[in-house]
Amino acid sequence: MFELLGIPPQALFGQLLLGLINGAFYAMLSLGLAVIFGLLNVINFTHGAQYMMGAFGAWMLLNYAGIPFWGALVLSPIIVAIIGMVIERTLLKRLYHLDHLYGLLLTFGLALILEGLFRRQYGSSGLPYNNPLPGGTNLGFMFLPNYRAFVVVASLVVCIATWYVIERTKLGSYLRAATERPDLVQAFGIDVPRMITLTYGFGVGLAALAGVLAAPAYQVSPTMGSNLIIVVFAVVVIGGMGSIMGAILTGFGLGIVEGLTKVFYPEASSTVIFVIMAIVLMVKPAGLFGTAK
Amino acid sequence: MKAISLALVASSFLSLAAAHAGPSDGKVKIAVMNDMSGPYAESTGMGSVEAVRMAIEEAGGKVAGSPIELIFADHQNKPDVASAIANKWIDTEQVDVIVDVPNSAAALAVQDIAKRKNRVLLVSGGGTAQLTGASCSPTTAQWTYDTYALSQGMGTVGLQKLGDSWFFLTVDYAFGHALEKDLSDVLKANGGKILGAVRHPLNASDFSSYLLQAQGSKAKVIALANAGGDTANAIKQAQEFGIPQGGQTLASLLMFPTDIHALGLKSAQDLVFMDGWDPNRDAESRAFAKAFIDRTGRMPSMIQVGSYSAVRHYLKAIETAGTDDAPAVMAKMREAPINDAFAKGGRLRADGRMVHDMYLMQVKKITESTGPWDYSKVLSVIPGDHAFRPIEQGGCPIVR
Repeated sequence: MFELLGIPPQALFGQLLLGLINGAFYAMLSLGLAVIFGLLNVINFTHGAQYMMGAFGAWMLLNYAGIPFWGALVLSPIIVAIIGMVIERTLLKRLYHLDHLYGLLLTFGLALILEGLFRRQYGSSGLPYNNPLPGGTNLGFMFLPNYRAFVVVASLVVCIATWYVIERTKLGSYLRAATERPDLVQAFGIDVPRMITLTYGFGVGLAALAGVLAAPAYQVSPTMGSNLIIVVFAVVVIGGMGSIMGAILTGFGLGIVEGLTKVFYPEASSTVIFVIMAIVLMVKPAGLFGTAK
Repeated sequence: MKAISLALVASSFLSLAAAHAGPSDGKVKIAVMNDMSGPYAESTGMGSVEAVRMAIEEAGGKVAGSPIELIFADHQNKPDVASAIANKWIDTEQVDVIVDVPNSAAALAVQDIAKRKNRVLLVSGGGTAQLTGASCSPTTAQWTYDTYALSQGMGTVGLQKLGDSWFFLTVDYAFGHALEKDLSDVLKANGGKILGAVRHPLNASDFSSYLLQAQGSKAKVIALANAGGDTANAIKQAQEFGIPQGGQTLASLLMFPTDIHALGLKSAQDLVFMDGWDPNRDAESRAFAKAFIDRTGRMPSMIQVGSYSAVRHYLKAIETAGTDDAPAVMAKMREAPINDAFAKGGRLRADGRMVHDMYLMQVKKITESTGPWDYSKVLSVIPGDHAFRPIEQGGCPIVR
């Protein structure tokens, strides 16, 4: 069968692994989106731009302040998260009582502005960022770069930790309660607006963290976010808006599906996710892991 | 009342007469159309506009006694957007010449419109050899390069220098397909073997999957039939997957200084590519590069220098012809040789091809580079007559 299609099994395993690596980025980005949507009911279209800012943050920290990758991995998401929280406090907050559409329009506009500013300043071909973990391991069926292995592990850790905090801890239970009945939670003496701001900051920080992780693998460029964000939205829709575990599982799963498409019919690799999205929307409109509200 | 209408008729006749004496509507309007926000924005984009501005300044801002006006637009790599802009420019804004037009699909669309509406099109960014082949037009000049010339150089000189088995990484649209086909043909004709090819979408940020297939093919050379950010990402990720260390050479048909700059010499060194312009050719080319860097902070790409050269030659032709009427200007452009910062002894053929020397280049090693933007060295000069497709082979209906 493999021989018939001209694809040896080794290549197939290689592609599965690569799909997992791409899936790691999808998972982290869609997780941030799901967290923000779950708690704020805002469809955060700025997510791609914030991912891009994370990557640029790493580049700036290295080139203007001499801070290497490992420092940027912590600092850049924090800086971008603070910028995100300022946006939440000054702009997003005013829209909570309105329809989702207004939040979407605002964040979409912000994304265009941010992208334009970075393109104006740094051009569109991208900037170099050196690989902090050069070299790799020959697995027999493929050459696995050390850095990519690190990305998968880091992403898994972050995703599982986030899921655990939200679903299994007391803090998480406050967060979930605040989504259901903010007024009641407030009555129990919990500062809900502050919790929402911090949650938005956390979601944005996740996007920026994915951006820092992407910097050594891809070019740091102003358009890197917009290239990815549409796919990530499709992932969130397939997984079910607001479902934490759904976002993680679909992220990794679709990365693998995409990887397989690249072997069997590369021309379709950029559309396969949207085909799946269309099918899921027809069969289960709330998404694979979502519950209809 | 009668007197007024008589005056109107008289004045319109007068203006008609004036049209024959100099540029129509009293000015020459140059319009640059290219990618200002996508993958080719650095190699074309505002850089091409700046290069054209340099050509206009060199002419003193005037030609045949009329002022020169410069406008530009972003076609976003969409042929339909490109067509809409071209129609608007010609129908309502009296544009005399459209310049640059990267992205072959967009260039072909604009060429069709310019041909029907009898306007000059100076292609610098658009690469498909079809522009001077089956689709050729009496009012189009393709200035800088084409897919045939890129593959001719790479398929002969590159084959000798780099090895005989090749694998293709091709961007999935007209330009990439043409590049792959042309290079495959030359390679096969010269005894090279094609071990396989994989197609990727435009603006694919992740190449790992395709690179893995290229690596698995064991080909000696991996040819990158793409451009801009796609090429840069592919080269960077090839380093990550240990492809050059494994003994496979990367050959890019198209590589721009801004791409090498973005990659850094550490990732890009030793990469072999084709170029239509050597910044170190002589004092004139070096002076142009310096002036451009002073204005934009970047080394010009061959496309940007080509846009400069094409407009410079176009303005000289209007000066000689005394009109901006498209066929008359094209005739004058074909008569005069092209000698400037871009080309030495270049000539414009009847099919629209501008013939000049091409170069097989290699990215310098970090130790060889003398400073910022000193990134490439010439491996081999390919004379224009050898590099470009012979006029009778293109299938251009005009020259038959």
